[in-house]
Amino acid sequence: MAVLVSKKVTKRFGGLEALGKIDLEVKEQAIHSIIGPNGAGKTTFFNCVTGFYNPEEGDIYLEKRNITGLSPDRVTRLGISRTYQNIRLFKNMTVVENILVGMHPHLKAGLIGGILHDPRTMREEHDAVEEAKRLLIFVGLKGKGDLMAKNLPYGQQRRLEIARALASKPKLLLLDEPTAGMNPSETQEMVHFIRQLRDQLGITILLIEHQMRVVMNISELITVLDFGQKIAEGNPAEIQKNTRVIEAYLGRGAASGLSRAAATA
Amino acid sequence: MLRNWMQRITLIDIIVWVIGLAILVGVVWGSIATLSAGKYSAETWINLTISGLALGGVYALIALGYTLVYGILRMINFAHSEVFMSGPFTATFVADALIAVGWWNKYPWLSLLIILLSAAAVSAGIAFLLERIAYRPLRNAPRLVPLITAIGASFFLQYVFRGLYGSGLKDYPSMEMFKGFWMIGDIRIFKTQAAAIVGAILMMVVLYGIVQWTKLGKAMRSVSEDKEVAALMGIDVDKTISNTFSMGGAAAGVGGILYLFLFPVAHFFMGFFPGLKAFTAAVLGGIGNVPGAFFGAMLLGLLESVGPNLFLDGLGVPTPSQLKDAIAFTVLVLILIFRPTGILGEKLTQAKA
Amino acid sequence: MQTQTPSPWKQAVSAGLIGGIVAILMSLVGMVAAFKERYIVSGMFTMSQILFLAPILLFAYSAIRRTAPQPANKIISIGSLSGLVGSAVLAVLVLIGKYVNLRIMFVNASPELYGILTFNQASVLGLLLLLIMGIVIGAVAGGAYLLPQRVRSALAQATIWVCLIGLLRDLIVTVSYRWGPIAGIVKYFFEISGLKPLGAVFLFILIGGINYWRAGKPKAARTSNFTDQKPLRRWLTLLGAGLILILLPSVLGIYFSEILDNVLMYILMGIGLNIVVGFAGLLDLGYVAFFAIGAYTMGVLTSPELGFFNLTYWQALPFALTACVLAGFILGLPVLKMRGDYLAIVTLGFGEIVRLLALSDWLRPWLGGTQGIQRIAQPKIGSFLINTQQELYFLFLAGVAIVAFIAWRLKDSRLGRSWMALREDEDVARAMGINHVITKLMAFAVGALFSGLGGTIFAAKLTSVYPHSMNFMVSINVLCLIIIGGMGSIPGVFVGSLLLIGSPELLREFAEFRYLVYGALLVTMMLTRPEGLWPEARRRLELHEAEELPPPEDLQPVPNHPGQ
Repeated sequence: MAVLVSKKVTKRFGGLEALGKIDLEVKEQAIHSIIGPNGAGKTTFFNCVTGFYNPEEGDIYLEKRNITGLSPDRVTRLGISRTYQNIRLFKNMTVVENILVGMHPHLKAGLIGGILHDPRTMREEHDAVEEAKRLLIFVGLKGKGDLMAKNLPYGQQRRLEIARALASKPKLLLLDEPTAGMNPSETQEMVHFIRQLRDQLGITILLIEHQMRVVMNISELITVLDFGQKIAEGNPAEIQKNTRVIEAYLGRGAASGLSRAAATA
Repeated sequence: MLRNWMQRITLIDIIVWVIGLAILVGVVWGSIATLSAGKYSAETWINLTISGLALGGVYALIALGYTLVYGILRMINFAHSEVFMSGPFTATFVADALIAVGWWNKYPWLSLLIILLSAAAVSAGIAFLLERIAYRPLRNAPRLVPLITAIGASFFLQYVFRGLYGSGLKDYPSMEMFKGFWMIGDIRIFKTQAAAIVGAILMMVVLYGIVQWTKLGKAMRSVSEDKEVAALMGIDVDKTISNTFSMGGAAAGVGGILYLFLFPVAHFFMGFFPGLKAFTAAVLGGIGNVPGAFFGAMLLGLLESVGPNLFLDGLGVPTPSQLKDAIAFTVLVLILIFRPTGILGEKLTQAKA
Repeated sequence: MQTQTPSPWKQAVSAGLIGGIVAILMSLVGMVAAFKERYIVSGMFTMSQILFLAPILLFAYSAIRRTAPQPANKIISIGSLSGLVGSAVLAVLVLIGKYVNLRIMFVNASPELYGILTFNQASVLGLLLLLIMGIVIGAVAGGAYLLPQRVRSALAQATIWVCLIGLLRDLIVTVSYRWGPIAGIVKYFFEISGLKPLGAVFLFILIGGINYWRAGKPKAARTSNFTDQKPLRRWLTLLGAGLILILLPSVLGIYFSEILDNVLMYILMGIGLNIVVGFAGLLDLGYVAFFAIGAYTMGVLTSPELGFFNLTYWQALPFALTACVLAGFILGLPVLKMRGDYLAIVTLGFGEIVRLLALSDWLRPWLGGTQGIQRIAQPKIGSFLINTQQELYFLFLAGVAIVAFIAWRLKDSRLGRSWMALREDEDVARAMGINHVITKLMAFAVGALFSGLGGTIFAAKLTSVYPHSMNFMVSINVLCLIIIGGMGSIPGVFVGSLLLIGSPELLREFAEFRYLVYGALLVTMMLTRPEGLWPEARRRLELHEAEELPPPEDLQPVPNHPGQ
């Protein structure tokens, strides 16, 4: 069953077509990657899915429900969560607070509850904090709850962002370059961690990634974009051999050059 | 597409549009009522129009500073109204000195030139110092911080001027050659008004030319587009920003002189209202572009001058001229709600993720 | 581009020049002359000298800091050079002033000013004295730098406190006047104006000593948060504070109670604006509009002059507050999509529109026009009329207590977090499921409510409202005090209000330069300490983090996460 389906999604900015009739299907509990050279439209696609952008044409479905053009907060409430290419945490709030904000859709307290501290509100807050702490342990940030988000080292900030995204109990998690800026050992941990997200929590994962090693290692299905067009789709083995993909990254003629090089090697 | 649009429209949008529509209806009704009542003669309207255009010219020169700085730094230089104010102050002192040495009456054109240059220099200098001391260190700070700094700088300057020069009104002496008026047919144009309009047009042409055709102008425009790329192209970003502030400051200083033609008094608080209105003009025409500032300013000047009598009189509002500032502020609010890119503006898109 | 650090001497000279120019500025705007009667130590020095010597001292100190590290005697020389240059600049002003009549341009360039700058000595001697003072001040800066941190901060604190006590002589003497034995003790310290020299020395040593001793104690004991203390201590502190608060107006007398009322009113409004600006990050420059709506609604509903209604204060109060909340929604609606700069300007526009409408002839039949509204009802409890400064104090105090409580509770609530998330990153906050419309409108509404409450009490206190008092500067006052106190910090509002609203009233000389100081403070704080004087509690955590980082974590997440 497909968790996310995009049909002919097109996004234009003035005269520039950032996404052209993109068809994509993300299967339930899959780890699905989107790759492509810079400017291919990957983050634009994420933005369309999460409601930041409104596609000019096409539709996006979350488990058969049309979510095209819904506002970001509604999309989140329906079960999609994301992280960002350049980490966007709430810098001047604590780690726990960041996660509590992530839980926002699942909490109910309002103005009155906040002022009166009635028993139901208090219990809700208490449970929420406990849940947040559990999430922290899960992502490996145990005990760091009271630190300011901006004071965490880079790798931990990334993990906090994921924890925050998990807090809303999503069905689908969009990860935008989760290993950016990491060294090989950190990258390994992240790969391991992403697998656990799927294995232990049953979340479907759609990720944008640049590091080919990660992509080939972790993905079950890969979609390749270039200049806003989908140019290939398949499992890692197929993509690696796909000439169009190679050309997209290395330029025309590279594919034949590579095979010639391989032949003469 | 229609479906998308319908999904995105909210109750808020509807309420806001209703209010806007109500204002529009009110304005049109009032205008029709006033005109059909025939209370004011054609001559009155023309006089109001001319004074509106003269005022608009002044606003245009001040607006230039706002629009250039916003284009390049995406911030409102709140203290620009005080940069403007320094022009008239400089002018009154220089004028007194010129009178003392007798040049005021003997060499009027030379005196005027000296006044313009000194006012422009002082204003440019203050704008330059503002940028260096208060804004440059905060270029990467979260966006509230430079705004607050600008507000603080604004009344710091106001009260420094008050402290240095006193809280009273300083008179600006009149020039012989600007006394009186010309008659074109039945229409009376005061020489001061004509000077203001002509001066504004000249300055705007010059400044537009600088922005479009000189190296400095190209640098300014590229830094507006993308600071990092401009730097990579070898443009000295800091120097360009300084020059932008200086240019805007000089224009405001000259605007101050033109303002003195119309209202020959300098006062430490004189910058506040013209500053806000000039900003409104800049947004009205399209923030970030020079012709927009001119067009917006003329339009605002007209609205402020003709508006009270045209719209409000017909609606039965007594002493409508009291509310001319309210009209300007309403324009500000409406434009920022309904069309923040201005009438001639280009879209300044924001990156989302 | 090469960046060579200039030589220490050059830095000293440039620092001295800047310090001198600042001192000249303070002289020419009139601050120096204004304080010439305000003695800090009677017969010895007044606030005037502090005002023109302090900039020189501070810039000399900064020059030294920037050229460190240097050997000791060089430090003293650098400082002295900087001080000399600074005072030389002033001397040049005095010299020019003797021969050229600067007064035609600078209204404060008077012989009186020159006299102050030359310590009221004859010309050559005075100038020499000025230069020597410069050198001495600079050397003192150098000496201060060389002292160990503990001593330096103790000395600095002692100096500041002694100056403050000297300046607040009137307040202290008036307050202690009623308390027999204490009055006697206090009398020994003060003269007609300022402290007695011996008294000053005594206090200096006392305060310096206390400070030095406290600095020696371990850090944890010093920086304990209020909520971390044991319950018993908390209750005692609260009780003590409560007692002081209740007794305050009778201790202070009418004149100072009036000042306190103003301070409290601005605290009330400040807490409201703090929610809008500090929590939610919405820079509202038209905050006075809500104050006006609260005050005017109270006026319209209770004044027999206009004759529409004749409600009592308490009856009209809910209507006034509702009007403010509605206004908050209405003003908030159109600005939901705007970002920082535009939002600020639009709200400014709204504030001005409200003022102009209140002033207009058009609405005179309902709002009183330029005359405003008179004979507004004052609150009554039973037959007891609340109308003196001291009685109104309690009304304000009650208002502040309620409002501060609400703000404190909201800060750690789901709504408070939503506000802060919107402030930090609106797009991401919305992606987290936060409805930005409702959340922003709530911020405006709550802020409007608090401001309106202040407005109603203000109207009752004066029994009248005038459109002239509903101007932009009120918004600026509130904005300044929350920014300088600390954006988003509730204690900061108290500090900001005491400092910014209290001091121009306590030191009347300051009143003329109020906004000059506000402006300078705003700019300086944004450049050096944007989190304010009493930062948001969570920011204090940063100080602790450095000391108590938990040990590196085991990176394997615990299996069997009870997730879905």
